[in-house]
Amino acid sequence: MKRSSRAVLDRELQAIQDDVLRMAHLLDEAVSRSLEALASHNTQLANEIVAGDAQINALRFRIEEACLALIATQQPAAGDLRAVIAAMNIVGDMERMADHAAGIARLVLGMGTEPLLKPLIDIPRMVEVCRTMVRESLEAFVARDPERARQVAAQDNTIDGLYKQIFRELLSFMVEDPSTTSRALYLLFAAHNYERIGDRATNIAERVIFMASGEMHELNPEPPDTAHL
Amino acid sequence: MDGVADEAPILQVLGLSLYYGDFRAVRDIDLEIRPRRITAIIGSSGCGKSTLLRSFNRMNDFIPGFRAEGQVRFAGQEIYREGIDAVSLRRRIGMVFQKPNPFPKSIYENVAWGARVNGFRGDLGELVEASLRKAALWEEVGDKLDQSGLSLSGGQQQRLCIARALAVEPDVILMDEPCSALDPIATLKIEDLMRSLASAYTILIVTHNMQQAARVSDFTAMMAMGEDRAGMLVEFDATQTIFTRPKDQRTEDYVTGRYG
Repeated sequence: MKRSSRAVLDRELQAIQDDVLRMAHLLDEAVSRSLEALASHNTQLANEIVAGDAQINALRFRIEEACLALIATQQPAAGDLRAVIAAMNIVGDMERMADHAAGIARLVLGMGTEPLLKPLIDIPRMVEVCRTMVRESLEAFVARDPERARQVAAQDNTIDGLYKQIFRELLSFMVEDPSTTSRALYLLFAAHNYERIGDRATNIAERVIFMASGEMHELNPEPPDTAHL
Repeated sequence: MDGVADEAPILQVLGLSLYYGDFRAVRDIDLEIRPRRITAIIGSSGCGKSTLLRSFNRMNDFIPGFRAEGQVRFAGQEIYREGIDAVSLRRRIGMVFQKPNPFPKSIYENVAWGARVNGFRGDLGELVEASLRKAALWEEVGDKLDQSGLSLSGGQQQRLCIARALAVEPDVILMDEPCSALDPIATLKIEDLMRSLASAYTILIVTHNMQQAARVSDFTAMMAMGEDRAGMLVEFDATQTIFTRPKDQRTEDYVTGRYG
């Protein structure tokens, strides 16, 4: 039985993958610029990030439409079906990550003219790991490489460790001098947004493993004692 | 294997090889068919799906030079054993073919015929109605039972053939591409019918339509042709598993249209 539709299916799958990578590029830019806006208190840049989020949202819907059309017209099965479903989940996660970047930009806009409570040290480290995780999880997606995806997920522990450290540090600022509270909270919210981005990158890694192997499970289950963070 | 293991099989295939003369068409099949479930047999053309299906009620016996090695056990009994009456076996394991093949007789006679031949002593009229109802055809033909079976549409003819098979009260129904000559609506009606029949009957279906196998069956057997051109079983599992995460690369390639 010869079926000519495979060529169409392959082309459409490739187009979806290309758009996923395009979206990942926009996301990476938003995350990286959010740190820049935070560190330099650049409200113009923050406004650009907030405005740019619409483009990422639109791309997400376009990719989901393409996935729906592919399912309806090509009836993908097995590995193809898992790839389409994984793409839909991944773009959902990336859209939320971009929202977190926009959230940080909004924090910058809300901070007023007050200087940062302290120089940024651990937050840029978090951002570095976040960006690496996003990049490598997408590389694993393209390579359909579950091993690489597992390595991505392992990096989330670094982010969580940095976040806890920031949390404790900012808490001690607030306890020692309550007048620092609002400035400490801005940084804490920013760190929290980056921490969530790391969690979403872990979700992408989970989806890549599902796509490559058909196995569906959580990679970094939340330890019970961290629920308050 | 996703719940396959917990029911006693109604058909057991053990080391089965099927020959036409010197040519081995199917080799070394081990398979267990669960009762009151729909099992689809898929695979590319010429991989022995129909040959395997037809071995379950010894339909291949009519082909000169046909020979079976290994075993097919139906309800625990080896069906290729000497002394097994193939005619009564076929009464318990009925068959529906690719092209609807009603007799050139009335709708009533098409359904009543098998029961009459088998010496049915009850109320034939009741049996005909009950069989047509089970085949979801009564509403359409109940008032014209004396019309020729050939006057019906293709989909109706196929349901008439299913009613005919049901009238002799089989345990298993074999379907060899039962929808390949039907339009999509008639096909969906047959699939609906299969789902409702599966509460009482074991159904095996050979189909080239993978979406049909995915829609209708509980279990799927994937066959492929080996290097010796003999068909073999590649993978057997719950249908959902076969179409979402098959274990064998040949199954993956077949269900995604890469090969076959």
